[in-house]
Amino acid sequence: MAILSQTEAQDILKKVISFSTADECEANMQGSLQGNVRSARNSISTAGATDNVSLAVTSYFGKRSGTATCNQFDEATLRRCVQRAEEIARLAPESPEYMPLLGPQTYPASPQSYAASTAGITPDYRATQMATSMQYCDSKKLTSAGFLNDSTSFVAKRNSKGLEAYQRLTNLDFSITVRTPDGQGSGYASTDFTDISKFDAARLTRTAADKAASSVGARAIEPGKYTVILEPNALLSNSDASLLGALMRSFDARSADEGRSFLSKKGGGNRKGEKMFDERVTIYSDPTNPEIPDLTFSGDGRPQQRTTWIEKGVVKNLYSSRYWAQKTGIPSLPGPGGFIMEGGTQSTADLIKSTKKGILVTRLWYIRPVDPQTLLYTGLTRDGTFYIENGAIKFPVKNFRFNESPIIMLNNLEAIGRPVRLSGNLVPPLKIRDFTFTSLSDAV
Amino acid sequence: MNRRDFVGLAGLGAGALLLPNFPSLAGELVDPARLLEPGLDIAQKKRLADVALNAAKSAGASYADVRIQRTLNQGIFTREKQVQNIGSTETMGVGIRVIANGTWGFAATNQMTDAGIAKAAQQAVAIAKANSKVQKEPVQLAPQRGYGDVSWKTPIQQNALEVPIKQKVDLLLNANAVALDNGASFVNSALFQINEQKYFASTDGSYIDQDVHRIYPNFGVTVVDRASGKFRSRQSLSQPMGLGYEYLTPKAADKIAGPAGSDVIGYKNSYDILEDAARAAKQTKQKLTCKSVIPGKYDLVLDPGHLGLTIHESVGHPLELDRVLGYEANYAGTSFATLEWKAKNLPYGSKQVNIVADKLQPGSLGAVGYDDEGVKCKEWDLIKEGKLVNYEKIRDQAHIVGQKESDGCCYSQSWQDVQFQRMPNVSLRPGTAKMSVDDLVKGVDKGIYIAGNGSFSIDQQRYNFQFGGQVFYAIEKGKITEMLEDVAYQANTQEFWGACAGSCDASDYRLFGAFNDGKGQPSQSSAVSHGSATTRFNGVNVINTARKIG
Repeated sequence: MAILSQTEAQDILKKVISFSTADECEANMQGSLQGNVRSARNSISTAGATDNVSLAVTSYFGKRSGTATCNQFDEATLRRCVQRAEEIARLAPESPEYMPLLGPQTYPASPQSYAASTAGITPDYRATQMATSMQYCDSKKLTSAGFLNDSTSFVAKRNSKGLEAYQRLTNLDFSITVRTPDGQGSGYASTDFTDISKFDAARLTRTAADKAASSVGARAIEPGKYTVILEPNALLSNSDASLLGALMRSFDARSADEGRSFLSKKGGGNRKGEKMFDERVTIYSDPTNPEIPDLTFSGDGRPQQRTTWIEKGVVKNLYSSRYWAQKTGIPSLPGPGGFIMEGGTQSTADLIKSTKKGILVTRLWYIRPVDPQTLLYTGLTRDGTFYIENGAIKFPVKNFRFNESPIIMLNNLEAIGRPVRLSGNLVPPLKIRDFTFTSLSDAV
Repeated sequence: MNRRDFVGLAGLGAGALLLPNFPSLAGELVDPARLLEPGLDIAQKKRLADVALNAAKSAGASYADVRIQRTLNQGIFTREKQVQNIGSTETMGVGIRVIANGTWGFAATNQMTDAGIAKAAQQAVAIAKANSKVQKEPVQLAPQRGYGDVSWKTPIQQNALEVPIKQKVDLLLNANAVALDNGASFVNSALFQINEQKYFASTDGSYIDQDVHRIYPNFGVTVVDRASGKFRSRQSLSQPMGLGYEYLTPKAADKIAGPAGSDVIGYKNSYDILEDAARAAKQTKQKLTCKSVIPGKYDLVLDPGHLGLTIHESVGHPLELDRVLGYEANYAGTSFATLEWKAKNLPYGSKQVNIVADKLQPGSLGAVGYDDEGVKCKEWDLIKEGKLVNYEKIRDQAHIVGQKESDGCCYSQSWQDVQFQRMPNVSLRPGTAKMSVDDLVKGVDKGIYIAGNGSFSIDQQRYNFQFGGQVFYAIEKGKITEMLEDVAYQANTQEFWGACAGSCDASDYRLFGAFNDGKGQPSQSSAVSHGSATTRFNGVNVINTARKIG
């Protein structure tokens, strides 16, 4: 039931719209099939599957709106759902930020966001992949904990002004933490794919296992300012806040215009057009990129076009609600799904080779905002932190707490490596000078 | 950013974005009147539960439990003079957990028919059997007697979902108006109300019906100084509670003043949102111009509304037995407090540190009658006079530490997620000698008083942490002297608790609430409270968090 075809979904949505007596009506449908398996101590710990489809109807009378949902799609249920949305709308207060619904939109050509291989995953496939990973760790006398989650989903939209959208997506996330039996070494690796034909659990497990084995015997070095190489997992995470994620979530025009963002300008207005980062920093979003195919429409129906957020260090665009865009006369841009940070051709190993003294950071963890004025964040290194000297890793070091702002970080840029896919984004490893570590942690 | 972020950006909008620590509303949007309609009656639930248990047994399960759960949420979001969003949601379905071939399996469905439920039970068994091929040790459950037909309900006075929406909206808009009148540039406020209607049954012979309520009013005030480009914020000092709407009827007896000169009021079992909004706006204006802290060692005097989060992170989490054993290694992390560490009998803290776990305290977020695997809830000691004496456990972990019963710490956020080990309420016992907060401050020569929880971060084994707060006051020679800004303290868990120099007495004891504690993969949220009285810690490292950007 969960994954409806475009025709099946739009036929239901057409019926919904035809039942409407409101000034405007929009209907959104989504469904997903998800499965997961989790391991710890080289054994399966939990596993599960869920199946869910739902329809949301929003009706508008003037500036009043109401939403109702259902998960059965026979004619009587659909009629009741529309009636309920209209009843709620009539009772709702007027919204001063009401915007009329969008008419028909032109979306970018649908990217390959769906792969039949991923949609066909079975419990046996999940168990086998996890077993491959656990068996490798067993053979090396290491202990692993991992998580594999796959989803197949669809999103469909339609409204009374003729807007229509549909897309299917598949995704697989896999992450693995490998530890030495004495608890003195730990390594981590993660990956995600639209099409699982590229997925190799064993290869990823080897990366984490190598990090675990080589991080045993960490030495304490003084906290302070260091040149660091931040691997992609240190810059972005799908399970925690992150330095690049925090930066991209802050490109909201309204907060900036209201004076409560690092993008606010002294005296009023925002800093669009100003050079705030190193000139090698360019970040954009593009849902049609074949490496990270994503939804080509936003929640409110606006197209997700290729959009440049930072170009050669200059703030190029801010996203906003349709209301704020109209009020302030700026382009109406939705917030991005995934983003792409442009990089070079160097691998992390190349970045290490060109480093005289520095620290390689596999992953940052428990990252939380400290001061929104400067976008200062704190957090810790984790799962493989190493001292680099004269172009080579010399020894593992104890973990650090950092207090650093991604704005300062992207001004202290030494080098950018080759981007890789991470949680639906393309993120390069970065070499940064004067990264601020404020204390040591005994955690492994 | 990932697709889950897309939902956040496109869904509840500004409410969800500006208040990132609060959960989005789970479930389907419904007419608010639907939240007042009864769910399935108990006889229907029992019949459906038996369908699940019988189907699981027929498919080869040696154990099965089923949770039929209906969760109702209502969130009201406002900013300044307008309502941003009112969302009423309902989600209902069945989660079935089984052991087959000695291995766990789980499946969930919202198809509430006999056929739909039986199919999910068979799927759970199929998943267990698929995974059993690579399983090394069979699951061992601590024995648990069946309780037959029993029930439990959060002892609330007024169901918040029965209060007219207009009354709740008016209260939030009044709070916003008070904040704006007192100098706020912006104010966001919100009210979350949750009702979990949970029915649990297992092949042990329990049929447990529970009705659980939680409430969380909150706001954030921002003052912007356009000329300097500076802005500062202060969040409300309310707590999420296991209470009904009575929490929003202020009572004088529930207001606990901070030390003289601090202009802080903490709240026990009722909250005065209007009073707090006025105070927040005034304090936020002060924050723009007050002194930036000089880094160094200070004695810290921590209000319960702040200390609760430090207890949560540095005691509650490291004593979760699943972390200790490595089950959370790939996400939330492990723990320094391993079984080997405990065997050494090393101090966790000073002799003043007595920490208790429970799922019983009235008004707390963790209070229920039975956990999500049918274990009756209780209270037990974790740390006695500074020494670790026990952990937080569920049924399949007890044997690993040589114990014969679960502590009742099993929880799932919804019918569609598998239940697993979560933190109970974890609280610091108040001092036994009579001690007011002014008495406590009197003995401090150079210190900082901190109220409200701010930035928080701790490593994956719970050694090194850093905490901010909402308001900070300098203490010099036993007296509060002035407000401070840019304060955060960094410490190591054992050193910090070793520096605990005593707490106020029980008259100062209050609950802090963690409304949205994340753990597990897929990540699940739980809610838990932490009680304490105002407590002193000597010689803690304080850093200055101010930076300059170009």
